[in-house]
Amino acid sequence: MSAKTLYDKLFDSHVVTEENGTALIYIDRHLVHEVTSPQAFEGLRLAGRKPWRKDSIVATADHNTPTNGWEKGLDGIADPIARIQIETLDSNIKEFGAKAYFPFMDKGQGIVHVMGPEQGATLPGMTVVCGDSHTSTHGAFGALAHGIGTSEVEHVMATQCLVQKKSKAMLVRVDGKLGRGVTAKDIALAIIGKIGTAGGTGYAIEFGGSAIRALSMEGRMTLCNMAIEAGARAGMVAVDDTTIDYIKGRPYAPKADQWDAAVNYWRTLVSDDGAKFDSTVTLQAEQIQPQVTWGTSPEMVVGIDGVVPDPTKEVDATKRGSMERALQYMDLKANTPMSAIAIDKVFIGSCTNSRIEDLRAAALVAKGKKVAANVKLALVVPGSGLVKAQAEAEGLDKIFKEAGFEWREPGCSMCLAMNADRLSPGERCASTSNRNFEGRQGQGGRTHLVSPEMAAAAAVAGHFVDVRSL
Amino acid sequence: MQAFNTLNGLVVPLDRANVDTDAIIPKQFLKSIKRSGFGPNAFDEWRYLDHGEPGMDNSKRQLNPDFVLNKSRYQGASVLLARENFGCGSSREHAPWALEDYGFRVIIAPSFADIFFNNCFKNGMLPIVLDAASVDHLFKECEATEGYQLKIALQEQTITTPGGQVFKFDVDAFRKHCLLNGLDDIGLTMQHQDKIKAFEAQHQKAQPWLFN
Ligand code: SF4
Repeated sequence: MSAKTLYDKLFDSHVVTEENGTALIYIDRHLVHEVTSPQAFEGLRLAGRKPWRKDSIVATADHNTPTNGWEKGLDGIADPIARIQIETLDSNIKEFGAKAYFPFMDKGQGIVHVMGPEQGATLPGMTVVCGDSHTSTHGAFGALAHGIGTSEVEHVMATQCLVQKKSKAMLVRVDGKLGRGVTAKDIALAIIGKIGTAGGTGYAIEFGGSAIRALSMEGRMTLCNMAIEAGARAGMVAVDDTTIDYIKGRPYAPKADQWDAAVNYWRTLVSDDGAKFDSTVTLQAEQIQPQVTWGTSPEMVVGIDGVVPDPTKEVDATKRGSMERALQYMDLKANTPMSAIAIDKVFIGSCTNSRIEDLRAAALVAKGKKVAANVKLALVVPGSGLVKAQAEAEGLDKIFKEAGFEWREPGCSMCLAMNADRLSPGERCASTSNRNFEGRQGQGGRTHLVSPEMAAAAAVAGHFVDVRSL
Repeated sequence: MQAFNTLNGLVVPLDRANVDTDAIIPKQFLKSIKRSGFGPNAFDEWRYLDHGEPGMDNSKRQLNPDFVLNKSRYQGASVLLARENFGCGSSREHAPWALEDYGFRVIIAPSFADIFFNNCFKNGMLPIVLDAASVDHLFKECEATEGYQLKIALQEQTITTPGGQVFKFDVDAFRKHCLLNGLDDIGLTMQHQDKIKAFEAQHQKAQPWLFN
């Protein structure tokens, strides 16, 4: 048999039937949240259909939920339309069923891509889908994880399958050792800076190399999370001891006799020696600096020691136009050192960087310091209720609060600003999220993507600063 | 799903690369539990001068005169001409819903983001990938000619300009079939029920922990 990539193994083992290159692939785990599911449930209802396998569904509310005012319960949701959507998820899950549901304010509630892994609901070898593009996160477990649209959410509910064409396979190899203060987030941004936001379009990316092997599961999730920002629908990392150790003992992980059989299988979820990739990109870990985006696309990124690029030096007219528009939107001048850019707000959270290791890293930087006077708001939003409880058990909440950060309830929050947490027009934010699009964090808001360490450092300095110099 | 065969449509040129789904339909409109009515808020932040919220009477809002969709010569357009990586960002199907509700049936660009591309087909829209030089050519013609219409024939896989120039495009055979016939994916997949059940049984035997 010829050598297979991890992607080949995951895809091929889920093909139910295939015709002219279009396959039906079987879906093992369906993660559901309040924003992209109501129309799908409605579609099922109208067609008189039931979920094919309700035990594949794990659901939570995250996008629309407020991060304060929880003492008022559902009445704490100031926005009546958001409230309807959250209550609609409650009633849909009640009607159609699920393996597990973590509703608004449940202690297991959280961002769907934080909740799934921490519950052990994401396992190696699975196909995982969710009506959310950052479903690529779950690929960190050696799973095939895709974001899907609402029609596909309905399709998976009704048939347990997804219509898919096989993507090409890309290997992104990062070798060497990351420097101090350089994180998985910086790897992700450096990769996107190199290949562009469309560089991975049509590909499933496997991240490999010694620097990836050395990452924790949380770091790998951060990396796979941003595969979609490189245009790839799926990102993945091969299974190793780090994967297996992370899963062991989680609520929905296999137990007792099944555990050994599962682990035996999971160990095969690596690309075979000699497997062929359609494309390979390599980076050297030592060369990656802490990254800061300067524009309105994640590919518009430089190292913290860099400057805002000059559009007049760009030869490609379309690119030059994008750069000029981005600089205008961001209110930045070419050649400004990144460290000279002052900020108004800080957001530490999102499915990219809201897990316990992220909060520990940020707290370490913030400890004993104060948020700078020019920073109007510095938010820390844990990814889930469990992350929040863990952080509080470690006293991280106190460190943040003493430094002047706000400590909030879990959810997507200012990553996409569907709830009350948002930027006002013109405000500039150091954010640990994944998208710096125009208006993403609030209309007219200006987002710079950074790691949790760099966000905390910017909070205390009042401007971007090399965390390694603190 | 609405079938698609041929279209003679007015073209509007949106000359920006990397148009993301946040721009196509801003997040505040995602709170809806319906799948219709998003058209008036397509490109909301570019299209209006004030901030839009769900429930507003959009006819009373102030339009941004500089935004291309608002120019009188492009009213009634059903073909959107765009630049590379159109539809990047989130998986929100509200983006194609909004474009479809606005009146677009065809989007032509040098490249599309994957999930958005897929979502278009599910909603009776045809996204067409054309090489950058051809797209550039169409941009120039369209901007130079008032009332510029393109004829898109899905069966033949052709785009014909007013001057009679013909561009061939590729489309996946399965998607073409579904679109031509307005077929619903779920119904088609259900024809394979037995295969799905057989796969499931064997999958459960091999990896029982997936079925706990
Ligand atoms: S945290 Fe942001 S990117 Fe992640 S699921 Fe929520 S809104 Fe999407």
